[in-house]
Amino acid sequence: MENTIHATQAIVTLDVALPGIIWGWMITLNMWAKSIGTGVILVGAFLLYRHKKEEMPNLRWVMPLIAFVALNVFLLFTLVDLHQPYRMINIFLHPNWTSAITVGAWMASLFTGLITLMMLIGGLDAFPEFRRNCNMAKKVRGMSPLYEKFFPFVVFLAIPVTLYTAIIMAEASARELWQAPAEVMQMMWAALLAGSSALILVSGKWSKETRKDLALVLAVATFFSFMMYMGEYFFSFKSAEAEATLAFVHSGGAYNVEFWFGMVLGFIVPFFIAVGHMKSENKTLLKFAALMALIGLYMAKDVWLKIPQLLNLS
Amino acid sequence: MKLGFLVDLNLCMGCKGCEVACKVENEVPLSTWRLRVKYIDIGTFPDTSRSFTPLRCNHCESAPCERICPVSALHYLENGIVNIDNSRCIGCAGCMMACPYGAIYMDPETNTADKCTYCAHRVESGMMPACVVVCPVQANIFGDIEDDTSHISHYIMEHQGAVQVRKPEKNTQPKHYYVGGGTQALDPLAQERLEGYGLFNNVTHLKAIGDPHHSVLDRFLAPFESEEKYDNRSFIDFDNKEYKSELTEGDN
Repeated sequence: MENTIHATQAIVTLDVALPGIIWGWMITLNMWAKSIGTGVILVGAFLLYRHKKEEMPNLRWVMPLIAFVALNVFLLFTLVDLHQPYRMINIFLHPNWTSAITVGAWMASLFTGLITLMMLIGGLDAFPEFRRNCNMAKKVRGMSPLYEKFFPFVVFLAIPVTLYTAIIMAEASARELWQAPAEVMQMMWAALLAGSSALILVSGKWSKETRKDLALVLAVATFFSFMMYMGEYFFSFKSAEAEATLAFVHSGGAYNVEFWFGMVLGFIVPFFIAVGHMKSENKTLLKFAALMALIGLYMAKDVWLKIPQLLNLS
Repeated sequence: MKLGFLVDLNLCMGCKGCEVACKVENEVPLSTWRLRVKYIDIGTFPDTSRSFTPLRCNHCESAPCERICPVSALHYLENGIVNIDNSRCIGCAGCMMACPYGAIYMDPETNTADKCTYCAHRVESGMMPACVVVCPVQANIFGDIEDDTSHISHYIMEHQGAVQVRKPEKNTQPKHYYVGGGTQALDPLAQERLEGYGLFNNVTHLKAIGDPHHSVLDRFLAPFESEEKYDNRSFIDFDNKEYKSELTEGDN
């Protein structure tokens, strides 16, 4: 060893086994699903602002349904990742308000509750024959006007629910790669990317113009996400630990291939397809781009979550 | 009162007595540690030296683990110790992600986070932490850093200019000091940690966080299962059959 290690370099010769990746694929899935859950609401609100409801006949129930499924996946994997899942209740019984995990859990629970109500109202209104004589269904149908009243608040709440994970990552001060300003923007772009992609997949019967807008959101989100990842990946953070993390990945270390697959599949290819769609419509190709974007987003998030955990802290 | 710790690395001889005392005092399970002594070899043969660095929780005044803990399982005691209440911990591992010193582990027996508490239970009874008592060269110095007459305060004042903390740039205000340590001893980025290369053991990474036999399903079923005979040996790669047969024979 003495011939290959630089004279001034120190080598650890006796130590305990250190932990490897602590937050793994379940947290990636958690973040990815939350991006879809909040993203469909944000993008749905944008579509409702730009277009008439008649152009998107099923949006009223499809949007909260997608959000409901995605948010439940998010909540399920949040719970499953805990080593003591039943003690999740302590977040509500003994909250520590300086923790973004606590604030996020409260907001996400409220958000999911409202989305559940919107889904029930939207679904029962869209299918009036379903459970026609059921008392509960009648009550929910009676609450129909609440949907439109809740919606602006739900859209507003979707923003902090999207962003709080970035603050958790910022509070994880041992991992310098996760810088709050960059992560906040990444989370927002990820939500817009995932939301537009999910809505593209169900937009078959919607007007041409709405799909054009979805393609626009997808193109903008993939472009800025890609730019941010490139900036973070190649250029200095001016922090020793972040530099060391990136140097490891740059040198062909673990997750290098997954990262570039994510960049190409998730951002570059969907960007060009979405831009192409705005010029001449191709529904199938746009759906393919949406699917690619969702897969690529998962890969990019997975890499960014795991690589700083490869660095030994002590 | 603000309790602090100082290790004089000039005195430490790497006997690992503190590590063993900590394990025994706090019943720290195998595969985990509250206090460890790391050996670092510096230089090129024949001009080499070996340094020993005891590493434990820094009991930061601005502790990121306390801030991120969603249920206040990690909390400050009045004497400045960052304590942990395992019965409240939900096992989210947020503290493990936040601690810049990698001082928190997931206990494989309780599946909750745990760490050095400066032996808060001993301190409460007027005793010194186990690692301090056992150190044969008195390299571990523990006391009230707000008391100008305490041993630790004197030591800090006598060694002004040579007292260091780990990662001061994190602004965590650690209450754990070192005397006589260079960058190579205290900064993990200044050391090379080669997987599988070691003096008496292979330097490795853990294969699991917490109990390796505690799958996702087990986490939910655990409260409904009867308590099994547990032994620390099951957490390492020993052939456990022999031990199990011993147990069976004992039962007979």
